[in-house]
Amino acid sequence: MSAADIPGATGLEPPGSPALRRLRALKAESWIMLAGILAIFAALLAFLALPLYALLKKSVEDDKGAFVGLINFQEYFASAGLVTSIGNSLTIAFLTMVISCTLAFTFAYGLTRTCMPFKRMFRALATIPILAPSLLPAISLIYLFGNQGVIKGLLFGESIYGPIGIMIAMVFYIFPHVMMIMVTALSTTDARLYEAADALGTRPMRVFFTITIPGAIYGIVSAMVVAFTLTITDFGVPKVIGGQYNVLATDIYKQVVGQQNFSMGAVVGLVLLIPAVFSFLIDRHVQKKQVALLSARAVPFHPKPHKMRDTGLLIFCILMSVFLIGILGMAAYASFVTFWPYDLSLSLVNYDFDRVDPNGWSSFYNSLKMAGFTAVIGVTIIFLGAYMVEKGQNFPKLRGLFHMLAIVPMAVPGLVLGLAYVFFFSRPENPLSVFYSTMAILVVCTIVHFYTVSHLTMLTALKQIDKEFESVSSSLKVPFYRTMFRVHVPICLPAISEVMMYLFVNAMTTVSAVVFLYSPDTKLAAITVLNLDDVGDTAEAAAMSMVIVATSVTVRVAHGLLMRGMNARHSAWRQR
Amino acid sequence: MKSGFLKRLSLSVFGAVLAGSLLTGAANSQELIVYTAVEPEELSGFAKAFEADYPGIKIKWVRDSTGIMTAKLLAEGKNTKADIVWGLAATSLLLLKDAGILEPYAPKGVEKLNKLFVDGDNPPSWVGQRAWIASICVNTAEAKAKNLPIPSSWADLTKPVYKGYIVMPNPASSGTGYLDVSSWIQMWGEDKAWKFMDGLHENIGIYTHSGSKPCKMAGKGEFPIGVSFAYKGAQLKAKGAPVLTVAPSEGVGWELESFGLVKGAKNAAAAKKLADWSVTRETNVIYNEAYAVVAYPGVAKPVKFFPPDIGKKMIKNDFLWAAKNRKRILAEWTKRYDSKSAPKKK
Repeated sequence: MSAADIPGATGLEPPGSPALRRLRALKAESWIMLAGILAIFAALLAFLALPLYALLKKSVEDDKGAFVGLINFQEYFASAGLVTSIGNSLTIAFLTMVISCTLAFTFAYGLTRTCMPFKRMFRALATIPILAPSLLPAISLIYLFGNQGVIKGLLFGESIYGPIGIMIAMVFYIFPHVMMIMVTALSTTDARLYEAADALGTRPMRVFFTITIPGAIYGIVSAMVVAFTLTITDFGVPKVIGGQYNVLATDIYKQVVGQQNFSMGAVVGLVLLIPAVFSFLIDRHVQKKQVALLSARAVPFHPKPHKMRDTGLLIFCILMSVFLIGILGMAAYASFVTFWPYDLSLSLVNYDFDRVDPNGWSSFYNSLKMAGFTAVIGVTIIFLGAYMVEKGQNFPKLRGLFHMLAIVPMAVPGLVLGLAYVFFFSRPENPLSVFYSTMAILVVCTIVHFYTVSHLTMLTALKQIDKEFESVSSSLKVPFYRTMFRVHVPICLPAISEVMMYLFVNAMTTVSAVVFLYSPDTKLAAITVLNLDDVGDTAEAAAMSMVIVATSVTVRVAHGLLMRGMNARHSAWRQR
Repeated sequence: MKSGFLKRLSLSVFGAVLAGSLLTGAANSQELIVYTAVEPEELSGFAKAFEADYPGIKIKWVRDSTGIMTAKLLAEGKNTKADIVWGLAATSLLLLKDAGILEPYAPKGVEKLNKLFVDGDNPPSWVGQRAWIASICVNTAEAKAKNLPIPSSWADLTKPVYKGYIVMPNPASSGTGYLDVSSWIQMWGEDKAWKFMDGLHENIGIYTHSGSKPCKMAGKGEFPIGVSFAYKGAQLKAKGAPVLTVAPSEGVGWELESFGLVKGAKNAAAAKKLADWSVTRETNVIYNEAYAVVAYPGVAKPVKFFPPDIGKKMIKNDFLWAAKNRKRILAEWTKRYDSKSAPKKK
């Protein structure tokens, strides 16, 4: 991006050149659109691209900041552990992706395409893991399957410290993330397709593979991309339960925290960025083939009862819920046990955080504040960004570039993003350094960190709205922003509220992105969990995790009640 | 990239979006920001004692593990908010000194301290407060249940009977872990030390990322034996965990909790007061409540549940040597033990 790309910022072009003529022809609303795209684009540039550039720069410097070329890379690729770590990371990420996507698709199918009972309850249950920091399932698994675990016999002598533990904990942790995308993809479909298939006597299998899967394929691929990158970039789970099974994310941690070797941390971070490129390519490829499912004439889909299918999926959803609740329940129980495993009496002693950490309870209030800001500010920016990418009329290159930037955060591990922020914002010569060590930088970092999934969710929702709405409103001379507020925002209200909740709970639970960015006044609850587990205060860590979960549940329930009232008013059109 | 236009634009967008209320912060001038790695449960006691002596100053702790705190300070560099670094490993302070972050200062009365505990330069950049000492935490209940003899030396830990029962901190992620490895090499020389570690590795259940975790794991019986430090074992025992703290007969590595002033600190005067306070005899008596070896000679009394005579087993520790050879030793350690991926079955 240079000044020359910005229309009006340069007077170099002679009057009457084609480009300028095109610009002159732009209507006022196009200018508003351009300003909007540029503003959000600039924000992503400043809070994502430039910090990452600072990271890149760090990777070719030595500890003193002198340029050393690719020596760090050479050193890293020559080290013994690398190939193992890369192999381990890919293996774990691939297996977790396959397992979690299969489970999440089946679950989402049950929720959207069957007449099984308790759908609302299952959906609420399945989102529970998102309410917990990623360290929680790992902590819980140690209580379940560790050497003092209550049901360690189930592992038949295998150790939970290693790939098995990482995978189980990861499936738990990413399940809601993946399921959320699957449900969005499966819930908006045109019933007329199924009616036609029915009228033609098509067999269910064929319907599934020719209508259901193709209709949801964009969501499925998004979900796979998300599952893969979330797994490969998470460091909380392997840190707690990985044992000697090294992965790239823990390698970064070791380099930066263990050895204070920032340049090497930057190198590993860059290695981890490679999946981002692949994710982006896959995403773009599938996206091009996606067509709008929900045309202006679409008819909402309502499943018909089918005993065998409904019962089968009901059983599956029950089993899945038992798994999810079991993990959470164990952590909850362990948090009340006075001294595991020698004093099993129940007490609140582990909840006395100020006893073990001077910022114990205050970190919790900081988290509330941070999560609130992140949800409100984040959803506004993300919706506008997704709207411009999907529904914008002009500037296709700029919009494409913006979408590319919006995809990047998914593959940037929190530790790397946090580190990049430190390199970029701590420099006194940077005018943005005034934000360093403030609550604002935590909010910005969190929004950026969770940008992609929110962006993709919003995009999936927007994609399913027919472009005819724009054509009609533009022929009626209604400016785009009015259509946006009157049509897109109401239709996307479910997605908007989902994204708000997603941002809130992730802000409550995120650790890695903010661990280098907090200051005395802004320490967060999830960081307290990390610290407590790190020194071995596992029960207290479980307790603080439960406080986070309880908060998110409360906020979610309140939000659900609010939404129900809103839905009744705004979504009446969805019913036939 | 950084055209003035973009900068202005991003700034104004940022400013508009985030209201001023978000910018928590300009610290109160009475508030002394202290970066520390001291165990969290001790902090409020230290703050109370100091604030009682200097009522005008309020300590604001920023606490994290040694590794994170060191990384944080190095990353923040001269832009750090810290006024003073207090209770951080001496080897970390050596790195900070190297990076030019520390302000040399001789606290009033520093000359009374044990010379081994203070930076050799005059005025010193860092001053040691008390030593934390490597030890083995053994869960006596689990040892009995599993028929394990109580180890009394490092060499004992390589016996096959302990296979899969030992945890130790990974030296690549934990300062305590490195302190162990460096002490073995300093005691026995490279060859013998690596041979010992080869044997030890065979018995390791897992390597942890922090130095206190092995002891806490031992306390909970997750792994019956943890290579950790004495303070943690004694503290767990005091809380009622079945933990015996053993100081191996060959000698034990140790590291110093130390402080150093930050260059260009906002509250430099208050930081100096904390530095002065930290070297007094009275303060050393407080240090001694939890740690057996402190910088002020003649103060230390035996601490309950500490291995007896642990002070005499402390090796002659060369911090500079340990710091200089760290990179090489960690590379070798990682090559030997960290790239073996499979977790061991018991």
